[in-house]
Amino acid sequence: MALHFSKYLKQKMGYLGMINLRSWSCCFYQKQPYLSRRFESFKADKQLGSLHNGGDPQVMNFPGGIVKFTPELKFLSDTPEERIHCYRVLDDSGQPVSSNFVQIDKDIAVKMYKDMVTLQTMDTIFYDAQRQGRISFYVTAIGEEAINIGSAAALGMDDLVFPQYREAGVLLWRGFTLQDFANQCFGNKGDNGKGRQMPAHYGSNKHNYITIASTVATQIPHAVGAAYSLKMDGREACTITYFGDGGTSTGDFHAGLNFAAVMEAPVILFCRNNGWAISTPVSDQFRSDGIVVRGQAYGVRSIRVDGNDALAVFTAVHVARKMAISECRPVLIEALTYRAGHHSTSDDSSKYRPIEEIEWWRATQDPVARFRKWLEGQGWWTTPSEIELRDHARREVLHAIQVAETVEKPSLKEIFTDVYDVPPSNLCDQEKSLRKTVERHPQDYPHFLF
Amino acid sequence: MWGIMRQRAACKAYHALNLEQGIRAIALRAFSSSAKQMTVRDALNSALDEEMSADPKVFIMGEEVGEYQGAYKISKGLLDKYGPERVVDTPITEAGFAGIGVGAAYYGLRPVIEFMTFNFSMQAIDHIINSAAKSNYMSAGQISVPIVFRGPNGAAAGVGAQHSQCYAAWYGAIPGLKVLAPYSSEDARGLLKAAIRDPDPVVFLENELLYGESFPISDEVLDSSFSLPIGKAKIEREGKDVTITAFSKMVGYALQAADILAKEGINAEVINLRTIRPLDRSTINSSVRKTNRLVTVEEGFPQHGVGAEICATVVEDSFEYLDAPVERIAGADVPMPYAANLERMAVPQVEDIVRAAKRACYRSR
Repeated sequence: MALHFSKYLKQKMGYLGMINLRSWSCCFYQKQPYLSRRFESFKADKQLGSLHNGGDPQVMNFPGGIVKFTPELKFLSDTPEERIHCYRVLDDSGQPVSSNFVQIDKDIAVKMYKDMVTLQTMDTIFYDAQRQGRISFYVTAIGEEAINIGSAAALGMDDLVFPQYREAGVLLWRGFTLQDFANQCFGNKGDNGKGRQMPAHYGSNKHNYITIASTVATQIPHAVGAAYSLKMDGREACTITYFGDGGTSTGDFHAGLNFAAVMEAPVILFCRNNGWAISTPVSDQFRSDGIVVRGQAYGVRSIRVDGNDALAVFTAVHVARKMAISECRPVLIEALTYRAGHHSTSDDSSKYRPIEEIEWWRATQDPVARFRKWLEGQGWWTTPSEIELRDHARREVLHAIQVAETVEKPSLKEIFTDVYDVPPSNLCDQEKSLRKTVERHPQDYPHFLF
Repeated sequence: MWGIMRQRAACKAYHALNLEQGIRAIALRAFSSSAKQMTVRDALNSALDEEMSADPKVFIMGEEVGEYQGAYKISKGLLDKYGPERVVDTPITEAGFAGIGVGAAYYGLRPVIEFMTFNFSMQAIDHIINSAAKSNYMSAGQISVPIVFRGPNGAAAGVGAQHSQCYAAWYGAIPGLKVLAPYSSEDARGLLKAAIRDPDPVVFLENELLYGESFPISDEVLDSSFSLPIGKAKIEREGKDVTITAFSKMVGYALQAADILAKEGINAEVINLRTIRPLDRSTINSSVRKTNRLVTVEEGFPQHGVGAEICATVVEDSFEYLDAPVERIAGADVPMPYAANLERMAVPQVEDIVRAAKRACYRSR
């Protein structure tokens, strides 16, 4: 019987152009009762057979769970008819178009706005400082202020943050001062990073913000591992990790999502889909419907939100956090936005995308402006406040830079510390040797102090 | 045998088993001298067991470490004893689970990550070096990474090129890492315990062929508080004519070579490095200053190898004491072949060490 069946298949498959799927599936359906009977009949243990499909020929308990059979030859589509919808609370003019969002009180809302403006100001001025040669490098978050501040505001201070490099706003929200930011960028003695890293690679234990590393997407499995540890500790907290659209192509993204689901780790996986990975547009990065659909592939609950809408981001993170902690599960958030600035100061994005496009997003989709409109609509913000805030922020940022520029660089001994918990003898010897050399040849080491 | 070790190492209140213990002890005495024996596998297993028992933050993660009892049975019995939260079977992604382990260490746990062999660690090398080794420095002391990466390293038998590489030189070059290479059961127990207790990331290079080898072991070593200092080499055999340095399996070969050389009137001093990073420069140099001749032995590829570093060290610190050029014995500069005869030629053998020592002593070409 099986031979006939395969011959039948060959005949049908030979006329591919003429295949009528329905007629083919009818044939298949006819054969099926025979096949499952045959399957059952050579089971020595009848009970085993019934365990595997409960006696129901329509299903099979394969490794991984019960699956229903279908006579339909149906491939899941590669492109959906409609992209997954994007959750939004405020429209372009700051008017609420959803009643389904978490209410925030005036204090939080005003702090959110102030921090968004401060972040925007800091980014603009620090970027210029790099252009002037005062710092060597900088990364801005222009266009992503709502993602930074909206998400930060919805978290608790105990939630551990694993950033990529475009989330300085989260640290700002948590209390890192403008002087702290400037000190790190100048790599001076006030830098809590002891001048070890390039500018914009912030980190602060005090603020539960894990030090930024340049490696892409490595923070994703780190966040999952830390979330697993939080779970083992029974803490009322989660971890959150941020990454871009480009970072989702890495092996670490795959492993991180997969592990998070399998280990049931309380982690928020926040993707800033801003359309660009340096010069690579998302159309060259992946062919899926963005990142949100991948969550389902890993068994991770996911949502797509408007990344330029601070209230939507806040609500999504607030709810995701509750789910992550109370249900001990990972949650994936894809925030759609646009990278309105260049990738970094080493990039000129007008070389690979139209200036009009950049201008359009900056002018019409500014998340800061949208939130301001809502704030004013609430009666919580005025034009005089705006002028005062912008002026204050600008002065503070400039002051921080001026101070940071004059503070001396870290002591030379910091070359040798923190390599290990306790400095090994070879480094101790090298430090002594360096001290002697500097002493002996001071003219070669001006301003190099221990 | 293993039951007795576990007995000593863990709870002592098994009254019911005292009789059994007594019988076994008598049997042991009847068969051997007063020295107890322990395989390297049991040494590692008991060390893991004791450290997990002593510190609830220690947990194991890797492929096949749980239900399968460990690809080489090093984690045997631990899943039953500590449960799936502390003995975690992972999906197949070294990069993934090394990253997960580093994240757990950032938070404050003490993971022991097993690579089925260190060849597979290359998939995770970014996390080992960029996320673990450099983190304390890059974060200015804010992030410490008390993680151990362990597994078999170097050549096994008949496993071909992608399963036979030695990674001592690669990891030994990285500031921020500590790299250990035990030889005997005492080394395995003491160094693994030290590695787990250490606040810095440690790469722990075992050897598959040594797992089944038995070594005599003292009561002191069996005590659960035992540990060996990191960064201290051991003089396995004292001598005065030539210094032979080795680590892991090659220590055994060097000792055999020393026996052969003794019959020919050459008294070799064998140093078991135990730690690759930080290298015990002072022990090596003191020895060379005594013997004036040096042979370095390793299984790994010769270029940029451990022997090259030892040679440079000795030239820097003890140049005037050298009476002969330094001899370097290493694996052949080819990917490991499979056929038994080819494999034998690609890895150092005892005769290679003997001949090198003789050359250093000007006894032959």
